[in-house]
Amino acid sequence: MIKISNATYEWQGFRLAMDFALSENTITAVLGPSGAGKSTLLNIIAGFETLAQGTIMLIGEDHTTTEPSARPVSLVFQDNNSFAHMTARNNVALGISPALHLNADHWRMIDAALNKVGITHLANRKPGDMSGGERQRIALARVLVRKKPILLLDEAFAALGPSLRMEMLALVKSLQTEQRLTVLMVTHQTEDAKAIADQVLFVDNGHVHPLQAVKKFLTSKDEAIKNFLS
Amino acid sequence: MRHLTSPILILAALAVGIIPLITFSVAEGGTPWPDAYALRITAFTLWQAAFSTALSVLPANAVARALARQQFWGRDMVLAFFAVPLSLPVIVAVFGIAALYGNSGMFAGVLNLYGIQGIILAHVFFNLPLAVRLLLEAIDSSAPENHRLASQLGFSGADVWRHVDWPAMKPALPRVASLVFLLCASSFVIVLTFGGPSATTLEVAIYQSLRMDFDVSRALTLSLIQLGISLVMVWVAGKTLMLPAQLQTLRSGTLRRDGRSFSARMIDAALIMTASLLVMPPLFAVLYEGVASVSVDEALLRATLTSAAIACLSAALALGLAWGLSVAQVRQPRWRGSLSAIGLGGYLVPPAVLATGWFLAFRNIYGGPVLSIVLIASMNALMALPFLIALLPAAVQQSFIQHDRLCAALSVSGFNRLRLIDIPSTRSALAQCGLMAFVLSLGDLTATTLLGSQGLLTLPSLVQQQMGHYQSSAAGGTAFVLAMLCLGLTFAAQRASRWT
Repeated sequence: MIKISNATYEWQGFRLAMDFALSENTITAVLGPSGAGKSTLLNIIAGFETLAQGTIMLIGEDHTTTEPSARPVSLVFQDNNSFAHMTARNNVALGISPALHLNADHWRMIDAALNKVGITHLANRKPGDMSGGERQRIALARVLVRKKPILLLDEAFAALGPSLRMEMLALVKSLQTEQRLTVLMVTHQTEDAKAIADQVLFVDNGHVHPLQAVKKFLTSKDEAIKNFLS
Repeated sequence: MRHLTSPILILAALAVGIIPLITFSVAEGGTPWPDAYALRITAFTLWQAAFSTALSVLPANAVARALARQQFWGRDMVLAFFAVPLSLPVIVAVFGIAALYGNSGMFAGVLNLYGIQGIILAHVFFNLPLAVRLLLEAIDSSAPENHRLASQLGFSGADVWRHVDWPAMKPALPRVASLVFLLCASSFVIVLTFGGPSATTLEVAIYQSLRMDFDVSRALTLSLIQLGISLVMVWVAGKTLMLPAQLQTLRSGTLRRDGRSFSARMIDAALIMTASLLVMPPLFAVLYEGVASVSVDEALLRATLTSAAIACLSAALALGLAWGLSVAQVRQPRWRGSLSAIGLGGYLVPPAVLATGWFLAFRNIYGGPVLSIVLIASMNALMALPFLIALLPAAVQQSFIQHDRLCAALSVSGFNRLRLIDIPSTRSALAQCGLMAFVLSLGDLTATTLLGSQGLLTLPSLVQQQMGHYQSSAAGGTAFVLAMLCLGLTFAAQRASRWT
């Protein structure tokens, strides 16, 4: 589903080397110390950053140089996932048509997505009048209507309290199962990985370590991983 | 109560300017109702200000967006050139424009400089770059994620405008437009130079009524109208004008992915080049005419020393008043709005009114050059205050939040606290404010025209005098010296903002 081969990214002295493949319908947690390049990895997959060398294959197609909008990817950030001047409903609608040219079927789909993430009652509110968790639900509803098979979460729930964060992770898990999404989530919390991830990509010192199962990662003898976990 | 010394001093200075005029007008049996002349002048003032604002702000929207979405070699230089008019003395720009479009200029005959066309050209020269920078700041304030989201969702250029740029720009637009309108409606030196009987604004008409006709009653009527216009503009701007006190380093737009198509690049390039062609040639004209004509003679030295003395005194006064106002704003938060309004007072009350009031109040005390220097410096300080209080209160508040408890615990108070704690911890903002007030005073011609005594020569008044005597080569040299001093000090002020 996601295959990055012999790739390096370089920017002002920072270098990130990566070579891995993720199979479809899985949840992968990207863990590592601050500044290791976790968010950069997501930005590379989403198309916001360009590789110095190597290839990116997404659902079997080469997307090394394609524009972000042409990639089969949705990315949810920690903040600013919605436009402040628009209602939640219109923010979700942008996922279907940036010009908001929508028919009745589209609106039904949008309302269903809002219902799925539990904010139907807030459909006509603007993001400024909503809580952090509710704003992230808008982003998840938009992921649903976009129907892209890959979901990237860049510390999407880091600003939420522990119980709300777990609630949002549970929502992601249910959406992933239902929509058969391949999820890659950057997080600082190993609890997040324990809660919903199948596997871990550890990023450290400009290098993406080989993929490993969550349990194996948590009991790893690797010094860098042990240091990170401690 | 001691926190209110500064606002009381400012109010007293304004009152000393206004009350003698009212008393004099009442004693003369004057009426505040406008006559046909006053109505005609008001209509012209509003019309030219509205037209200048439209020609400055509407194109600025497109130019700011073009600069926001294009990265190119020389972008920083274009932005630096757009910052120049903000710190360029008006008389220097007037010289540059006259050198290009005047009777013996390269573009002589393209437009009739002495009349409405010259006034509007000069206003657009000053205000288009100002509006571009303020609107670019507004566009750049949108969250980087918004642009990432836009590119992920496949927004077209029009979609980015509709969902990202316009929502960021919209709140700033009334404030930018009302600032530009206010600057154009109260413009003095430009109208005095390029205007004439058919192109006179309120500010110049007040000056003429007081200085040439000594018609205090008419001057008072015109002043009240001018004050009304200024107050409406401040109200439209939402009580706080968007003053360009912080000359920010504008962020690059590397995150943006719109504007990459060939047609978008061509349109943006055309917009940026057109705006640059308006702003840059008068600056090059000052350089070209001036660099070879600088002659260090007695007049230039005397004017430089006088300007520097006035600017030093003005900067010291402005800093003292701004510090007092900032402390009052921090210590009396519920009066913050009123205190800000008092700070704007020097900008809202027409300078000609203040000058005449002060002249009437002090004429029996002493009328020599020393009094002139003190009054010019005081007026410049009052006119610089709005820019300083857009910057200083935040630094003072930060320092107080950080140090209040520790100072109380250590019993550091009064002058010791000011000397050891407050001034060192706000030195960057203080240096920036001091240099800004110095530059504004150095380039001022309004206060010198209104309050200068015979024989008092400053750099801007020397340029004006040399232009009036058709000594364009000498005027070019003096304008060049003045421009270099102001730009150098503005650069120093920008450096001071990064001083830690």
